[in-house]
Amino acid sequence: MTEQTHEIRLNVNGVEHEAAVPARRLLSDALRHDLGLTGTHVGCEHGVCGACTVLVDGQPMRSCLMFAVSAAGHEITTVEGLARPDGELGPVQQAFRECHGLQCGFCTPGFLTTITAGIAENPDPTEDEARDMVAGNLCRCTGYQNIVKAVCRAAELARADEDGAA
Amino acid sequence: MTTKMMGAKVQRVEDDRLVRGTGRYVDDVAPDALHAAVLRSPHAHARIVSIDVDAVLDVEGVHAVWTHEDLEGAMADPLPLLIPHPTLTHGRTQYALAKDEVNYVGEAIAFVVADDRYVAEDALAQIVVEYDLLPAVVGIEAARSGAQLVHDDVPGNVAARMEQSNGDAAAAIAAAPHTLSLDLHIERSACMPMEGRGTVARWDPDQNRLQVWTSTQTSTGVRAAVAAKLGLDLGQVDVITPDVGGGFGVKIVHPWPEELLVPLAAQRLGRAVKFTEDRREHFISSAHERAQVHHVEVGFDDEGRVLGLDVRFWHDHGAYTPYGLIVPIITSTQLLGPYKPGAYHVQFDSLYTNTVIVTPYRGAGRPQGCFVMERTMDAIAAELGKDRADVRALNFIQPDEFPYDQGLIFQDGRELTYDSGDYPAMLDKIKELVDWDHFEDFRAAKAAEGKRVGLGLACYVEGTGVGPYEGAHVHIETSGKVKVATGLTSQGQGHQTAFAQIVADELGVRFEDVEITTGDTRRMPYAVGTFASRAAVMSGSAIHLAAKRAKEKALRIAADALEADIEDLEIVDGVVSVKGTDSSIPLGTVAVLSNPLRYAFDEASKAATQFNVGDPTKPPVAEDDEPGLEGKDFYSPPRSTFASGMHAVIVETDVDTAEIRILKYAVVHDCGHLINPMIVEGQIHGGVAQGVGGALYERMAYDESGQLLNASFMDFLMPYVTEVPTSIEIDHLETPSPLNPLGIKGAGEAGVIPGSAAFAAAIEDAERLPITAMPISPSELFALRAAHAPHAQESK
Ligand code: FES
Ligand code: FES
Repeated sequence: MTEQTHEIRLNVNGVEHEAAVPARRLLSDALRHDLGLTGTHVGCEHGVCGACTVLVDGQPMRSCLMFAVSAAGHEITTVEGLARPDGELGPVQQAFRECHGLQCGFCTPGFLTTITAGIAENPDPTEDEARDMVAGNLCRCTGYQNIVKAVCRAAELARADEDGAA
Repeated sequence: MTTKMMGAKVQRVEDDRLVRGTGRYVDDVAPDALHAAVLRSPHAHARIVSIDVDAVLDVEGVHAVWTHEDLEGAMADPLPLLIPHPTLTHGRTQYALAKDEVNYVGEAIAFVVADDRYVAEDALAQIVVEYDLLPAVVGIEAARSGAQLVHDDVPGNVAARMEQSNGDAAAAIAAAPHTLSLDLHIERSACMPMEGRGTVARWDPDQNRLQVWTSTQTSTGVRAAVAAKLGLDLGQVDVITPDVGGGFGVKIVHPWPEELLVPLAAQRLGRAVKFTEDRREHFISSAHERAQVHHVEVGFDDEGRVLGLDVRFWHDHGAYTPYGLIVPIITSTQLLGPYKPGAYHVQFDSLYTNTVIVTPYRGAGRPQGCFVMERTMDAIAAELGKDRADVRALNFIQPDEFPYDQGLIFQDGRELTYDSGDYPAMLDKIKELVDWDHFEDFRAAKAAEGKRVGLGLACYVEGTGVGPYEGAHVHIETSGKVKVATGLTSQGQGHQTAFAQIVADELGVRFEDVEITTGDTRRMPYAVGTFASRAAVMSGSAIHLAAKRAKEKALRIAADALEADIEDLEIVDGVVSVKGTDSSIPLGTVAVLSNPLRYAFDEASKAATQFNVGDPTKPPVAEDDEPGLEGKDFYSPPRSTFASGMHAVIVETDVDTAEIRILKYAVVHDCGHLINPMIVEGQIHGGVAQGVGGALYERMAYDESGQLLNASFMDFLMPYVTEVPTSIEIDHLETPSPLNPLGIKGAGEAGVIPGSAAFAAAIEDAERLPITAMPISPSELFALRAAHAPHAQESK
């Protein structure tokens, strides 16, 4: 028996991709294995750890809880799309480096995308708000203190960008 | 002058790729690979009557399906027992695919390779296995009773009984003015790295070689195991460990069944094959740790000095013993911590149960040992009405007593001799950090608000940097760039950064010019692995020694070229110069000079052709020399080095709900000289989070039939940001180790070891009722309160 596939177009990081996927294919698997964007990681495949978080039309979504077919037609941003156009690290990436916000780096892409959306909504978070922002993501390595610092630092860098642009 | 890198908070070089999403974890390589899936036992204990795989072949996209019957030679034998300790009289290991019997839920039974994981899982669903169910042995009580056996031929479920002593503890306790006995329990938990296990293999028929990528803590161990099981020469197998998404111990076990089945499939099918574990599989088929039950007898004098200590404990090692007795041996020895009891006797039984195997989890037996010893110290203080810190101080090994021989044999088969430390100084620091002396004021102030708070302290000593050895190879390129390889792996500890700091200092090159490769057997085939807080000590030292050799050679050649004495030379920013003169030569050029060449394929090699360089009356390469600017060396310590630390925590226990909140967490830590304080503090943060998890949340909830009821992140609770201390006060003490050239000790596990002990003490202090089992949930605390309430009434 051959599994039926669906031709879909996925807009990821501003680039249109075509893929033929079975209806049951998870977005996380489509990104990683069909599109080769392996920056998105899978830590639990049941929606709890947040490692697979990507932005769908700017909103953080667990890509392990979404089918690839249902992502068609939406704008998806993965960790690979967070760098600045000139290739320099984006503010959240830069902040994670500076603050030692990662160790093994496996959970990191999910934090980066989550925080990107978080500071877009709240550009000047307090430490408590920073903590809230990452409260749905698991990290087994860092103990989170440096991640919270990185959220505040990322917001600061992003605000500096805004000021520079304004 | 090049700035000194050792001790500096250098930002990590590995982060750039990891934050861009261009890191390479095992599942990221070989996108063309076929995918494997494993049929796992749904029963904790059963005989396999029959397995019918016929229907699988009808599933389109399936390339292979194997059961035990399809394995041959060494692959059909049980998996290796990696550390066969002599007291492990009844060691047992599983088969790569179960033969006749299964002993835990999750044991591998059949292996399917298909176009993708979805199809492979479809295929698994077509396999029909008929089982004959057997009674399951779950938990230490059931194992200890021996009423049902896990393995028919292991009486009493006892795999090992081990005993050690220093002095006559029984006599000392009998003669002591005061005695106490305690029963102390710790439950099962697990490493739970965010990346599960994973293996990819590719067989190259043209070269007759196997290439394996695996998410391991020991590439050389996997290489040896794969070669042995597949009947290949070591030289035919390369193992590469790319980025690893956390290990914490579970990835030191080797080989996992999949680490053998995937390479075998790659060889048989002639295609790259990949296995990526899912989270439920990780829960039920990798490894757990921690479950132990302890009984303590202690005798002490009026001051609280321990005269005799006798500990008997029972260790639940699960269904098999591939990793030997490392965990209980560590508990039995490291339990002593910074103290020197008058006499000590310890005995443990390592017991089979029908549950997932037990192998080291960060801290490896030490959290249990620390819990036992620190609970004992608190009990002594309570009995005598003394300050808990004072009782500890009285029992400390003193700074002038190092090296201190505890009179026991450690996990590495060497004497348990502490190399250095200063426990009284450390106690002063932790008391200051947590404001120990004013805690009663704080308690009173909180009590006035109707709140209940408690303070806990726990001290530990950690044997780190166990042997036998690590090695390193340093190669200075003609570009001046330095390529360094060491065989142990990296799973997030920032080795590329810390090791480059060591090389930059020793060679006098720019940090940016150093590139470190870890865990690639093609680059360094001799290595042990990254566990037991050994990487910095072992590979750090080996890298330092190898860089020293490369430097010696560089200076020798440069001295010749510059017509100067070696003693007059210095290397700064990659340039060798005669001190106080303009006379200099870049290291890259020295590399050119080190290698007489025949062919000029670029500018550097043009300068190195033998027609331009050297004395024409002598051979181009002297008899006792080698071409190239390289250094290779190994470091092998006489025994472990002993890091130490103390943690203090202040908790508030909610008067109504019994919820436990962390108000303050403080750590003092001694890992000798720090290579990179930023990385060490990161290790402490992560360790403390795991300690919080172990103390308050993490447990493996098995039912009596051996089903793991909480095999998901929804049900097995690991700390999120909301569960960890918002900040951790950290202070370092540096007592350099005399055992290695850098004076360092390991730091990887420190953060987690005293967690349960410190929290138990703090909760006990808040609640004024004995805490003897961890982890403790709010509902358990609530129940404890209720259980003790009648006594509270009586004593009023
Ligand atoms: S992998 Fe999607 S939430 Fe864990
Ligand atoms: S950095 Fe390893 S899981 Fe977060």
